[in-house]
Amino acid sequence: MTVALPTSAIETISGGARERLAGFARILRDNGFRIGLKETQDALAILASPAAERPMALKPALRALFSTRHSDWARFDEIFDAYWLGVGMRGARTLTSAGDRQKKMAPNRLIESAGASEAQGLAEQVRSGDDDSAETSGKGRRKEASPHEALSATDMRYIVDPDEIAAAHALAGRLARSMRARLTRRERASRKGLRLDLRRTIHRNISRGGVPVDLVFRRRKPKPLRLVILLDASGSMNLYTAFFVRFIHGVVDAFREAEAFLFHTRLAHVSASLRDRDVTRAVDRLALMAQGVGGGTRIGESLSTFNRWHAKRVIHSRTAVMIVSDGYDTGAPEELALQMRRLRRRCRRIIWLNPLIGWRDYAPLARGMQAALPYIDLFAPAHNLDSLAALEPHLARI
Amino acid sequence: MTLQREDISNRLAEVGYIADRDLATALWLMELLKRPLLLEGEAGVGKTEVGKALAALHRSELIRLQCYEGLDQHAALYEWNYQRQILAIKAREGAGESADAIEEHIFSERYLLERPLLAAIRRPSPPVLLIDEVDRADEEFEAFLLELLSDFQVSIPELGVVKAITIPRVVLTSNGSRELSDALRRRCLYHYVDFPEVDREAKIIATRVPNIDVALALQIARMIQAIRKEDLRKQPGVAEALDWATTLVGLDIRDLRQEPEIVHETMICLLKTHEDRSRLPREVTDRLLGKVA
Repeated sequence: MTVALPTSAIETISGGARERLAGFARILRDNGFRIGLKETQDALAILASPAAERPMALKPALRALFSTRHSDWARFDEIFDAYWLGVGMRGARTLTSAGDRQKKMAPNRLIESAGASEAQGLAEQVRSGDDDSAETSGKGRRKEASPHEALSATDMRYIVDPDEIAAAHALAGRLARSMRARLTRRERASRKGLRLDLRRTIHRNISRGGVPVDLVFRRRKPKPLRLVILLDASGSMNLYTAFFVRFIHGVVDAFREAEAFLFHTRLAHVSASLRDRDVTRAVDRLALMAQGVGGGTRIGESLSTFNRWHAKRVIHSRTAVMIVSDGYDTGAPEELALQMRRLRRRCRRIIWLNPLIGWRDYAPLARGMQAALPYIDLFAPAHNLDSLAALEPHLARI
Repeated sequence: MTLQREDISNRLAEVGYIADRDLATALWLMELLKRPLLLEGEAGVGKTEVGKALAALHRSELIRLQCYEGLDQHAALYEWNYQRQILAIKAREGAGESADAIEEHIFSERYLLERPLLAAIRRPSPPVLLIDEVDRADEEFEAFLLELLSDFQVSIPELGVVKAITIPRVVLTSNGSRELSDALRRRCLYHYVDFPEVDREAKIIATRVPNIDVALALQIARMIQAIRKEDLRKQPGVAEALDWATTLVGLDIRDLRQEPEIVHETMICLLKTHEDRSRLPREVTDRLLGKVA
């Protein structure tokens, strides 16, 4: 379809205005809007129309044109004001809300990270006291039959050698893929139930004078298992984040239907950036996102965003939700419990992976964890690759 | 026809749809840019009504395609009338016509059943094509729809290419039960339909429910607003609000405060699950009523 206005009207727009508009489109693109040349052209058509005389009429028009989903819709005004009206100009180049909120969270973050490092330090001491093999996994365990085996049993915190990190990541990816292969085979074997498709049967048999010789059946469309992963990327989790990012990449890449979210003080939908075929690039990008936000965690609030805006779309009757978090929540535990209850109503199964379970003497005492526990189907450790592999039978039963 | 934004707003009101300014802008853009409009929002906020109102506004026909899982092009685009074809074959066999002639005959327009999408591009004047709940259809159908929306022509193997006589105004609605493809989203203008604010909802109720007085409409709108803030599984939409208002008018209620009992009993118009019903016991509705009135 073509632009409705004659080109002459568009040509009356000054070069300066064009440039400004191009800049606006660029900023929107930087903020994740999907805008093509076509949209920019149409925007010029809007500028040439009477609506352009009042900027306040221009805003809703450009919003309808440039937004493609609700998250765009919700953020558009802020970016528009920043660019055209110079409100909070500096923030317009990046996701403003994230930056601001991060600053406000700063004191919180300090407390959080101090608490977390103390806890980790303690656990490490316990660990090194009676579990030498883990500590020295880098060299000491090399003599064992398979280095993979050793790697898969090692707590991710203790893997420091870059080569080994890469190997562990590759293993996580393979694991994710093999989980998927086994799951789908099971599904195919159990598929039954045939009904006659009358309309297609008649159509197929016109050449036989309408006598139904070849029968056409209707098959139930199999619904593949969908996995929704919510990864905690807060400061207290940062030792594990990189590893899980790699695992999630493997999962999203391998499962036909998988969605991934990252949360800290707010929730971000990251499936799209994970679908990059180039593993390193995707993981780097995500690791960067996770890094920039290592602050306090608001699990309850993030889940609330998920329930309100994403759950209906990404959750269907065969969906398992996997939350990867240590349960250290800076928000109110009541909020978390409420959101967990809502989530529970929607999905088939909730799996909570907590890397801390791998630590000796861990008990889920964090208030957030306590609040969430009643709604969880499977509460499992996820500190090494073995523990992830052990999940597969649980997923298959969904 | 180039309507201005204000005209659209006013004429929508004339046909009984109270739109917010942003929606009027989006509808005006549809005319300017000739793009389809994608509407998203909670169930019951009046997305489908937009399509109907748009048809009324342009005094054109409304062609509606309700999407569902497994919708294929036979149900959406066209289908051959097999029964009639078989009858025709049988009838002509006796007359001794050649096979080619029979084939020519049975694959002609007479045996073609128009489904909504084909109908929409073959009307003499542009209709409004409402593709309802497009997220329920399969992804394959979405791809097919995309093709139709960009070319406005359909190829029927037995008959040839059917080109659009007029380009319909297309409105798509989605409830967000599945993520739509980026390609489809980019083709469309986007508008997120939210629950209306109190004033607008009161206006909607006053316009749509006959014989309701303005004060009661405002009370009802406030009450609905308060109920939406409660922790419910399914928030009542505008359609439910209208049902409720009609019920209350039918029961001859003038003031919600006078009849808390009836208010509580008629809540069944708004709360459609047992869970939600048990969440709003008498005490809660009384409390809400106290705040509202």
